Amino acid sequence: MDILVCVKRVPDTSENEIEVNGSGSDIERDDLVYSVNEWDNYAVEEAIQIRDKVGGTVTVVTVGDDEAEEVLRREMAMGADNGILLSDDAFEGSDGKGIASILKAEIEKGKYDLIMTGTQADAGAAQVGGMLAAMLDLPFASLVNSIEVIDDKKLKVGREIEGGNQEMNEIDMPCVLSIQTGINEPRYVGIRGIRKVASIDIPVHSASDLGIDAGKVGEAAAKVKRTDYFVPDLGEGAEMLEGSTEEIIEKLVEMLKAKGGLK
Amino acid sequence: MAQIFAYIIHKDGVIDDSAMELIVAAKKIDPAAPVTAIVAGSGVDAVCTEAASIYNEVWKIDNADLAYPNAEAIRKALVNIIPKGSITLIPHNTFGMDLGPGLSIKLDAAYAADVVDIEGADGNTLKLVRQEYSGMVSTHVTCDASDGAVITIRPGSLQPDESKSAGGNVTDKSGDAGDIGVNRRFIEVVEAEVGDVDITKSEVLVSIGRGIEDEENLEIANDLAKAMGADVSCSRPIVDAKWLEKSRQVGTSGQTVSPKVYMACGISGSFQHMGGIKGAPFIVAINKNPKAPIFQLADVGIVADILEFLPELTEAVAE
Ligand SMILES: Cc1cc2nc3c(=O)[nH]c(=O)nc-3n(C[C@H](O)[C@H](O)[C@H](O)COP(=O)(O)OP(=O)(O)OC[C@H]3O[C@@H](n4cnc5c(N)ncnc54)[C@H](O)[C@@H]3O)c2cc1C
Repeated sequence: MDILVCVKRVPDTSENEIEVNGSGSDIERDDLVYSVNEWDNYAVEEAIQIRDKVGGTVTVVTVGDDEAEEVLRREMAMGADNGILLSDDAFEGSDGKGIASILKAEIEKGKYDLIMTGTQADAGAAQVGGMLAAMLDLPFASLVNSIEVIDDKKLKVGREIEGGNQEMNEIDMPCVLSIQTGINEPRYVGIRGIRKVASIDIPVHSASDLGIDAGKVGEAAAKVKRTDYFVPDLGEGAEMLEGSTEEIIEKLVEMLKAKGGLK
Repeated sequence: MAQIFAYIIHKDGVIDDSAMELIVAAKKIDPAAPVTAIVAGSGVDAVCTEAASIYNEVWKIDNADLAYPNAEAIRKALVNIIPKGSITLIPHNTFGMDLGPGLSIKLDAAYAADVVDIEGADGNTLKLVRQEYSGMVSTHVTCDASDGAVITIRPGSLQPDESKSAGGNVTDKSGDAGDIGVNRRFIEVVEAEVGDVDITKSEVLVSIGRGIEDEENLEIANDLAKAMGADVSCSRPIVDAKWLEKSRQVGTSGQTVSPKVYMACGISGSFQHMGGIKGAPFIVAINKNPKAPIFQLADVGIVADILEFLPELTEAVAE
């Protein structure tokens, strides 16, 4: 089975505090640590496991700048066979639909049985997989947390729904799936693995390579645009306990007693 | 302004709370716009009647093949009945995430996902509020709706209108829905497994998140819970790492809990996590990042490293 996984380089929220810059035009990008979007990592692991079971190839693709190449190499160190970087100044400022159109152009150049994305990335929109499927006229399932290969035409997939329940479906291939965390345990990638793939050639495809009309992607074509970033005002906010650890604990224990938190 | 549609979620004949939230979203886009609810399913007359108490106009798609809401089938039906250029509102839940993106492509409309607030419209430009990086920052977003828009609204983010006095009409659109044949066939729903502890019944929860860092550190939470007479629950990354069973996960894709006291330890406060906490418990948040969103939602906050703080708290409680 030939599988394509779409991945993205994002600021690592467990390694950074995400803050708004002085003018509100962006987040503070100095000293940010980047990594592969958490959901994508599960998608790549799942693709590798399927390939190892039934044969075929895993290709990882990303839309981004030169630096995005590092996430492709990381996923190749995990076990993906090929990487493709889609990069062009014309892609900058694309909205979800723009990104999906760029990916679609690359997908149509190849032949894939299964296309996967992460459920969502840093912007939390959970949109690229579903858009891509509709553009390609392929069946789609979101929030997939289990995949079983039935034969070379069908998969049985579990979707996560509310309350810890799982919705089982049979889906025809080729199809697009967006992958939810928890579907597997992504393998660890060490420095040695990264070194091993360091010299593999990663093709870079531009708008013209893909036959994309530059006016249909990028900022000019985006219908949905951010105007600024700001710090959310979520509510009253907590009463912050301050002082020495002992003082804090004393106050907290009093409160817990009063609220029925201690037996 | 364009016509506005609201997709109504229902289960076992019961209408979802989001129906009352989407009408508020529609009014925030344009108080004067005609708003039509769409109810799809099999044998949905009662649901339509209830939707008509909230919306002035209800369109019904009744089809035996929609007994389970299959997003692909419903998308096909909607594309056949929603006029081009309309605004379609959908809740940002597991169904909305399945339906929304593809629907926007097929309607050739803009797509704005997981919107938490609507600040109005300037001609055909909608002014929306979203969050990024798990709620750590918010953004103002413009959405060009001149060719229509599909917008998913985060459940619970708008104050619902519960007046239910609309007295609307129900129109049967089943015949217009067209071919809804699908390439993804529903098989069954597998219910969540029951764990060794039922955290939905717990009065006090010591809940741990990614801040616990290591499986071995679970001991720290277990000790505190034991001393307090509490149960241990967790956020999703702990279940993803298989450190605790799924039945201990609090959140929209886990359990809904309503304890008296909820101790959120090393949990950032994402909406999917907080969506599982009902009944206004006393929430204590312990987090080493003073800017963690959980501090806006908790009653009491402590900036501390849980790996150091929890053992000290355990000692104090034990005394
Ligand atoms: C469709 C969908 C459904 C989901 N359903 C759920 C759900 O049901 N439940 C759920 O929980 N999530 C759910 N999620 C995931 C959710 O979006 C968040 O990713 C998750 O809740 C984050 O968990 P967390 O707060 O433990 O981790 P993080 O967001 O990584 O936060 C960890 C926090 O710990 C703090 N910290 C780190 N180290 C320490 C330390 N030593 N001491 C003190 N503090 C420390 C950090 O400052 C940070 O605030 C869902 C996501 C999707 C897309």
